[in-house]
Amino acid sequence: MSENLNDKLDTATQALLQRTTRGRQDFETLVIVPIFAVIAALFLGGLIMLATNVDLATIGESYLALARGSVGSLPAISETLTAAIPLVLAGLGLALGFRAGLFNIGAEGQLLLGGMAAVMAGFMLEGLPWIIHLPLALLAGALVGALYASIAGWLKASTGAHEVISTIMLNLISFRLLDYLLRQPFIQKEGRADPISKSVPDSAELPRLLDWLDPNLRLHAGVFLMLAAVAFVYWLLFRSKIGFAFRASGENPHAARYAGMRSGLIIIAAMATAGALAGLAGASQVLGVLDRATPGFSAGIGFDAIAVALMGRSHPLGVLLAGLLFGALEAGGRQMQVDAGVSIDLISIIQALIIVFIAAPLLVKAIFPWGFRQRKNAKGGSK
Amino acid sequence: MTAAPTQTQSETMDTGKARQARITGAVLIALSILVLFVFGMDSSGDATFRLSRPTDPWALPNLVVPAGPFNYVAGALLAFLGVRQFLQGGGRWTALSLGVGLAILVMAFLVWATAGKAFSLTGMLQATMVRAVPIALGGLAGVLCERVAVVNIAIEGMLLAGAFTGALIGSLLGGWGGLVAAVIVGGAFGFILAALVVTYRMDQIIAGVVINLFVLGLTSYVSSQVFSEYRFLNNAPVFRAYKIPLLGDLPVIGPMLFKQNLFVYGALILVALSTYYLFFTRSGLRARAVGEHPHAADTLGINVYRTRYLHVTLGGMVAGFGGAWFTLGSVGRFDENMTGGRGFIGLAAMIFGRWHPVGALAAALVFGFADSLQQKLALLRTPIPSDFLAMSPYIATIIVVAGFIGKAQPPAANGKPYVKE
Amino acid sequence: MDVELRGITKRFGPVVANDAINLHIRAGEVLGLLGENGAGKSTMMNILSGLYTPDEGEILIDGKSVTFEDPGDGIAAGIGMVHQHFMLVPVFTVAENVVLGVEPTGRFDYLDLKTARKQVREINDRYGLEVDPDALIESLPVGIQQRVEILKVLFRSADVIILDEPTAVLTPQEVEDFFEIVRSLRDAGKAIVFITHKLHEILEISDRISVLRHGRITGEGDPAKLTTETLAEMMVGRPVSFTVDKAAPKAGAPMLTVSDLCLLDEHDDFALDHVSLQVRSGEVVGIAGVQGNGQTELVEALTGLTRPATGTILFDGQDVTRSSVRERHRMGMAHVPEDRLRSGMIASFSVAENMVLNSYYDPTYGRGLEIDWPKAQTTAARYCIDFDVRTPSVFLPAGHLSGGNQQKMVVARELERETKLVIASQPTRGLDVGSIEYIHERLIEARDEGDGVLIVSSELDEIMGLSDRILVMFEGRIVAEFDATNGPVDRNAVGLAMAGASE
Repeated sequence: MSENLNDKLDTATQALLQRTTRGRQDFETLVIVPIFAVIAALFLGGLIMLATNVDLATIGESYLALARGSVGSLPAISETLTAAIPLVLAGLGLALGFRAGLFNIGAEGQLLLGGMAAVMAGFMLEGLPWIIHLPLALLAGALVGALYASIAGWLKASTGAHEVISTIMLNLISFRLLDYLLRQPFIQKEGRADPISKSVPDSAELPRLLDWLDPNLRLHAGVFLMLAAVAFVYWLLFRSKIGFAFRASGENPHAARYAGMRSGLIIIAAMATAGALAGLAGASQVLGVLDRATPGFSAGIGFDAIAVALMGRSHPLGVLLAGLLFGALEAGGRQMQVDAGVSIDLISIIQALIIVFIAAPLLVKAIFPWGFRQRKNAKGGSK
Repeated sequence: MTAAPTQTQSETMDTGKARQARITGAVLIALSILVLFVFGMDSSGDATFRLSRPTDPWALPNLVVPAGPFNYVAGALLAFLGVRQFLQGGGRWTALSLGVGLAILVMAFLVWATAGKAFSLTGMLQATMVRAVPIALGGLAGVLCERVAVVNIAIEGMLLAGAFTGALIGSLLGGWGGLVAAVIVGGAFGFILAALVVTYRMDQIIAGVVINLFVLGLTSYVSSQVFSEYRFLNNAPVFRAYKIPLLGDLPVIGPMLFKQNLFVYGALILVALSTYYLFFTRSGLRARAVGEHPHAADTLGINVYRTRYLHVTLGGMVAGFGGAWFTLGSVGRFDENMTGGRGFIGLAAMIFGRWHPVGALAAALVFGFADSLQQKLALLRTPIPSDFLAMSPYIATIIVVAGFIGKAQPPAANGKPYVKE
Repeated sequence: MDVELRGITKRFGPVVANDAINLHIRAGEVLGLLGENGAGKSTMMNILSGLYTPDEGEILIDGKSVTFEDPGDGIAAGIGMVHQHFMLVPVFTVAENVVLGVEPTGRFDYLDLKTARKQVREINDRYGLEVDPDALIESLPVGIQQRVEILKVLFRSADVIILDEPTAVLTPQEVEDFFEIVRSLRDAGKAIVFITHKLHEILEISDRISVLRHGRITGEGDPAKLTTETLAEMMVGRPVSFTVDKAAPKAGAPMLTVSDLCLLDEHDDFALDHVSLQVRSGEVVGIAGVQGNGQTELVEALTGLTRPATGTILFDGQDVTRSSVRERHRMGMAHVPEDRLRSGMIASFSVAENMVLNSYYDPTYGRGLEIDWPKAQTTAARYCIDFDVRTPSVFLPAGHLSGGNQQKMVVARELERETKLVIASQPTRGLDVGSIEYIHERLIEARDEGDGVLIVSSELDEIMGLSDRILVMFEGRIVAEFDATNGPVDRNAVGLAMAGASE
């Protein structure tokens, strides 16, 4: 009798443990919307070229160059991956912040100062063996990025200052701070009057991976860093206890507080982790590609990373894919500029348009109604 | 709703206000030490402030301040304010003391920096007004949007779009044509923002960020793709300053308020108009109701969506006008990203100004003052690196947003989309 | 004016909120509309006021068919609605709120507040509402705010006035005053629709009653011939007893002792004013009071969400005044928050995630830094079965559950462990009768197992039914205490205390 009851309970428990299958709706938001978004953005980009007096043949040529320059050859793929590394790293940090309910626009500043710290760790600790030197330089970048981001986190936690404004201001401050630092005698390259730092010694550089094939291939070991970061952020968000608290406070800060989570600590921890990833992005850029710091060496990666995180729907794997796409656009855009004479700034327009469509799926549905299952009444009873 | 604490009880309890007053007191005492021991000890000679040019009809004599004594007095005043706050602060005196204290600090700083030299105070005030214009207009655009509960991070992009359009169309059709086009394009981006957040329910911050990225990309693209080749497209006439007769001749106030270009007058008029509109008209009342409680407005037959579209578009037009200042009101030529974060500072001015047009203007003047101060100080060769002075408006913005100087309530529904069932 | 609904149907996705409803509203009459939470009463009235458009059916006014596109049309047709959640702008004055949408204006769109004030005063005088036109809404007590809502409706010269759960925020005495206003409006020839789920109120005020269940009209009648029992059966669909079955309490040692607790609000006024109370193990203590008299602040202070300015909290013999939420939770304090959607659960998280929301850090769910999700999910499934949470899977987002199941999920999370004290704030607000009964049973069960139970509710019936002792809060103070162990408490006396009359 009681065994029978237990059996029944077990079956009931098992039934509850069945996963609900992913529905058509998930497929639409995860696959169809991004694809349409990219297509629509490329189309509108073509219209903009047309409007600026670029003839049709050149437009075709430029999109071909875009494809060639991103995936058309080994050097192209190497460039795409190289461009994707900092985008993915910083994008992961931003995604983490979004999950925790923090709209961190400050990746650019965190990236700049993190990169600067990595450069300084590079030339100031010259003489160490690379096995110590390189990790130290990377660590310096991550640490400074984390500290800089924590300022905004601390402000939000203690005073409620909105992180959007404070991180924008911290970005603007970081530009000036970098200019100032690059003119200091112990940082500025000897014999130069313009703001430029000393170079990073080989022992702190991220080794190039493909230079045995062709010395011009720039792909560097940062790509492993990137993959490790994807795995780490995935684990952090979906497996770890602190990540659960991040997500809970992001989705519903009140409920998180009521459940005994310490919102202030979570905000600071999430910002610091995001800043560390942005700092790493800056470090990998200077240690793997640029070799030194100059004003604005980040070239807007911190802002593009916002788009990457949004497009990746704040999911680590999504961020990886979005970062690769944006890296491809970046690399292909350079080819486009060379081959077709179309300014690379067009890529920023396309990127912005992609995000418009991704962030407003209703808009995509309005433009491409046939891609979606028709629902007679779009408003569900719940939610 | 609840009874006020009686005297004996409030003594035992650490109230928020008393704590704030103590912090303010401590800050003021620290500032007084700074003024006494850094500015005071280091000041020698007289600081000369020029108030008028010799050619002015009613010229005022120069203001000559003995630097050392002035700063000792200023330091003592600050110390007095600080000790007073610390010991028996609270109530309405806290904010006032802090304001007065900061004003004294700025004066002491100016006197210290000018000690033994001379510089034109009137010129700096005039520059303050000019530099405040884009910030004030950005802030006003923010007020119009946030009063109907739409957060507008895209002001930066709208300013940039206005600057770009002003330069392009101004080069083709002349200054007025450029101005009108800038306003229209600004309004168009306002409309796009409204469409994205109201109709397509996109997150307001994301929509704003995206518009900023888009405008930055588009203007940079056109300026490198087109302007580099066709230079005549980026060479617009500039609106010159127009002196208002008589008023423009007044000392100090004249050059500051009545010897300016179209944009300064426009900003002042727009601030006055929108104050009347928001707080004294029927449409203003309805707009504010939409920002505070959209559902209530909806039940009373006020169209929430239309109100939001209208005001965000108007905000965009104001920002477009402000953007034209960068080209038509100053250099006549567009450069990539030439707004340099002014839109964001405008947003801070809006918060500082408590979502009120006049408040936003006042805050913009403070930022404009900091901006022009930084320019002037570079000429005075102070030991402070100019990079750090250039950061000061940004740091001030953070301080404002963090609410260290009084906190105000934004419209209750701010940032929340309204979904009509 | 005479209004008729014919065959009105409204769907929200798969949910049919109103199913072919026919209803007749007549001038000079109070029509009582009774139904459980979620029966479709509010939907129907939102259709009538023009806020929603029906999918099928028609509305006739004085025999003529009309269609409402937006709320303005409903107002123009003379239909006014007083919503359950007030539609008032807190930072506006009374006059501004009343005229909003139909403002008197001068030249240049100038808002003529002087005229507005005068007009408001006139209506005030005519119906004896006594509201200061210049007062800010946020400074007014809820009872007065409700009068402002009625002013709004009258200002638009509505002939049909819909009152949606109007007594939810009033003390029993305020309800009496309110009924006087309703009667005077009826006698002035207005048609009144009075929506409620409270049986004795509907019998007292209505001239005619319609009952709504699952979106359909299930009964109609004359209040003189109906009893609460028959009405309840029409409303729920089965006989219901509204008394909670429970044995006499076996009160033991003090579980929670609060002394001299004070808390200040942002204006440095007392939100809690020297509150002292005790909850012993094995007893249910109910805190009655009109919403906004410090109950929320009290619960937040007890559970560690806010730090009190003075006073001490002893829990199970230990001083926990400075302990965190988590520490108190671990010591066996359970908390069912007053607003489950805002603070009790995370709608986008799965049922399993919600079940471990405040115990995920515990070594039971994995040592070290990781959460053992399979373990958590199995536990969650067991909890669901134990507490009758009806969900197809523990992976389903909690937002997809019905309100009753969401609340049962929250209660399961809080009670399914070693607890010593249960603090339940508005535990059954907005739920259907079945869920209410279930949750009440589980709370009494917790008491019988030796827990101290503290219930905060603005539903006086709930407090009276569950409590062994009743405390009344008013303006941040405990103003009265009643012992319910020796026979029922005088409802009137509690009501007077809720209005602060004991002083």
